[in-house]
Amino acid sequence: MKHTLLAFLLLLAAALPARAQDAFVAALPGLAGNFNAQAEAVDRLGALADPRAIPVLRALADGRLLKLADNSLVIRDGTATTDVLTGAATEAAGTEVLRINNRVRVALRGALGRLQLVSPDPAERLAAAEAVFRSRSADNVPLLDAALARETVPRIRDRMAIALAASRLLASDPAAKLLGVEALGASSSPEARSVLLEARAANPDILPQIEAAVAAIDRRLAVRRAAETFFQGLSLGSVLLLAALGLAVTFGVMGVINMAHGEFVMLGAYTTFIVQEACRGIPWLLPWSLPLSVPAAFLVAAACGALMERGLIRHLYGRPLETLLMTFGVGMMIQQTVRLVFGAQNREVLSPPWMQGTLMLPFDIPVTQNRLWILAFSLVVLALTVAAIRFTRFGLEMRAVTQKRAIAASMGIRTGRVDALTFAFGSGIAGIAGVALSQIDNVSPNLGTGYIIDSFLVVVFGGVGSLAGTLVGAFGLGLVNKILEPWAGAVLAKVFVLIAAMIFIQRRPRGLFAQKGRAAEA
Amino acid sequence: MSATATPLPASRARLGLRAGLLVALLLLAAMPVLNQLPVTHPLHVSDFLVSITGKWICYAILALSLDLAWGYAGILSLGHGAFFALGGYAMGMHLMRLIGPRGVYGHPVLPDFMVFLGYRELPWYWLGFDNFAFAMLMVVLVPGVLALVLGWLAFRSRITGVYLSIITQAMTYALMLAFFRNDMGFGGNNGFTDFKELLGQPLNTDTARAGLFYASLIALAASFLLCSRITRSKYGRVLTAIRDGENRVRFLGYNTTHHKLFAFVLSAMLAGVAGALYVPQVGIINPGEFSPANSIEAVIWVAVGGRGTLVGAILGAFSVNGLKTWLTSAAPDLWLFVLGGLFVLVTLFLPKGLIGLLKGRGA
Repeated sequence: MKHTLLAFLLLLAAALPARAQDAFVAALPGLAGNFNAQAEAVDRLGALADPRAIPVLRALADGRLLKLADNSLVIRDGTATTDVLTGAATEAAGTEVLRINNRVRVALRGALGRLQLVSPDPAERLAAAEAVFRSRSADNVPLLDAALARETVPRIRDRMAIALAASRLLASDPAAKLLGVEALGASSSPEARSVLLEARAANPDILPQIEAAVAAIDRRLAVRRAAETFFQGLSLGSVLLLAALGLAVTFGVMGVINMAHGEFVMLGAYTTFIVQEACRGIPWLLPWSLPLSVPAAFLVAAACGALMERGLIRHLYGRPLETLLMTFGVGMMIQQTVRLVFGAQNREVLSPPWMQGTLMLPFDIPVTQNRLWILAFSLVVLALTVAAIRFTRFGLEMRAVTQKRAIAASMGIRTGRVDALTFAFGSGIAGIAGVALSQIDNVSPNLGTGYIIDSFLVVVFGGVGSLAGTLVGAFGLGLVNKILEPWAGAVLAKVFVLIAAMIFIQRRPRGLFAQKGRAAEA
Repeated sequence: MSATATPLPASRARLGLRAGLLVALLLLAAMPVLNQLPVTHPLHVSDFLVSITGKWICYAILALSLDLAWGYAGILSLGHGAFFALGGYAMGMHLMRLIGPRGVYGHPVLPDFMVFLGYRELPWYWLGFDNFAFAMLMVVLVPGVLALVLGWLAFRSRITGVYLSIITQAMTYALMLAFFRNDMGFGGNNGFTDFKELLGQPLNTDTARAGLFYASLIALAASFLLCSRITRSKYGRVLTAIRDGENRVRFLGYNTTHHKLFAFVLSAMLAGVAGALYVPQVGIINPGEFSPANSIEAVIWVAVGGRGTLVGAILGAFSVNGLKTWLTSAAPDLWLFVLGGLFVLVTLFLPKGLIGLLKGRGA
């Protein structure tokens, strides 16, 4: 008795329109009739958009729908049997399995397909909406209307609306057709576009409306594609910016060409890996291993940089070609050391939970969260670098030494120390870049080699010695790369960019943001 | 920059050097002959040694060409491997055409990879490569024209030093990416292989191997004579002057762009010849040859041997590659440390290379 009451209350809570409820109850007895009556009842239930019909029809299809002596229906589920109408447990005694023929089976398949539109499972509803969209038929209009009225999930609503509009297009009523065209035209899905294109031949009378709707979709799709490309370009640009920023300090400000820069980036990525492994023992710390890696990577790379500057590079000041070769050799050795210590295979650096997932921007532009974080991170690092150079004592000394070494020395600045610190600073930024790259690239010993040429191009593009130029150069190169990619392919786009960079360097050998002055090369 | 290029008077040291070169040349020339001796004979030279020496001779030509650009004209090219590879590809295209219908697919004209990739007919840029003379022309012309265009653009805008180095590196990197593509018509990442014959000689015979060995040796000797002739001419002296102070030479009224361009183009052509001789000996060419690491390895040969001296470049190519061959089998993990260490060692402590060391002893 208690169960019955509960079921009844649940039914009330479902707040079904009374008409539909009646129709459901009214259609049930047909299932217990002959095959013709069964098929008819199945069709009626299928058209009802009432979720209660789903278990009943499934049970009928599986041979689990039983008939009591009084023609009331029960569903057998394992050993238990429940009443169709009340949901109460009943005795299995005296029941007879309802049998069906092929005609009923066909009707069942169609009805179940349509009924899935109101299934309690969102995934099933979405799948049903897709199926109804594919098998377009004007008969589905009332069904979709009913389902749409019940639907609450926005994504499924969108799919249903498109399916409904596409079905309306097949109706005989011109007003309904126009309604369908309008609804399709308001979407931004490529499928709606192909539905409209298909419908052109059958509907010469509303051709202008269809064409207008297609044009509207095309516009929206173009905007979305452009926005997607733009974001991808920004994302690539942020990576380039991170990789090139350290180089802008060591090469741009100090004039030291460091071919091992990519290896410092790689060291930063491996530091991230080590910090993560160290955090594994402390569960609450693990999600924060990435922020912890930032200072760690900076320190590791900066220490290596300082060591390299004091030990090797300083003996080669004024001999850039030798510096280039020497640093290349050092890079080779760092790479081989890492390969021997960590192995040549990729190391996995996990993304913390707060960086995972995809964000949907307006126009349905998918944006992966970690790329968004890296974009913001690169700008923060740039701002910090600028601030360090502009507003700190160290930055002041650094600028003084690069502008006029002898004068700076005579003012009491220890130029050697400033050289070491500047180089360490630039290398440290490379290490920070490694932390970011560990999120989107494979952490392997040759992580850095892929970025070194691009980074140099960014620095040269932007103008040596100009951080603003590095910013513009990085995002410019990133955008150009991604804009070229769709029609040239990733590899050819890269080739084009390299060629364009060469031609650009011809035109403006000092970059976009050339430093003004009268310094001549020796 | 050093003044190692100053020609010495025909002193005893110079005579000694010449004698040493002649002896080395004769020793190398004797290798394929000694290879024919029975295996048990004490003077027998193994197949492996002959084939690897043949490769090293090609590397020596590459080192020579790089030395002409870097050691004499001051153009540190980090993309000479691209000229080498382009020469190799031109030769490879000729060899592919000579396979004819003997490929796996048995197509009368198209090489296997084109059949595999669904080509209907030969791309236009493959036409003519069945002709040996045309192919040999392309071996020098393709790298030469590339160097001409790149050099003209760069030298005209007075791009020098590390900028030029980075541009040349970007060039070889871009070419590597391009040649990795299947739709370029150069075999994608597999490149060309399975060569059958050259000039009517099957490639897998001793005669063909010896022929290629001698051809490389003659090319090396000819390149050496050509380069030493050029570097000791008046033009060569101007070139060295440009290396040491380009602006001064320009102010003296020389067109430094043209001087450098000539050296760069000639150097690229020599690199192309080296690549062309290399490919039939190793039997394969693929886009890996364009990798920037290859070019920079060639730079270290020259640096180790002693840049600005032609003998040094050759010496460097042989010694570094000898070391590489020995180490990569004896202690493969160590090789990259040694190579990296060589970069550091040579730039910091041995700016004149092995030759500088030898001369320092002699003086």
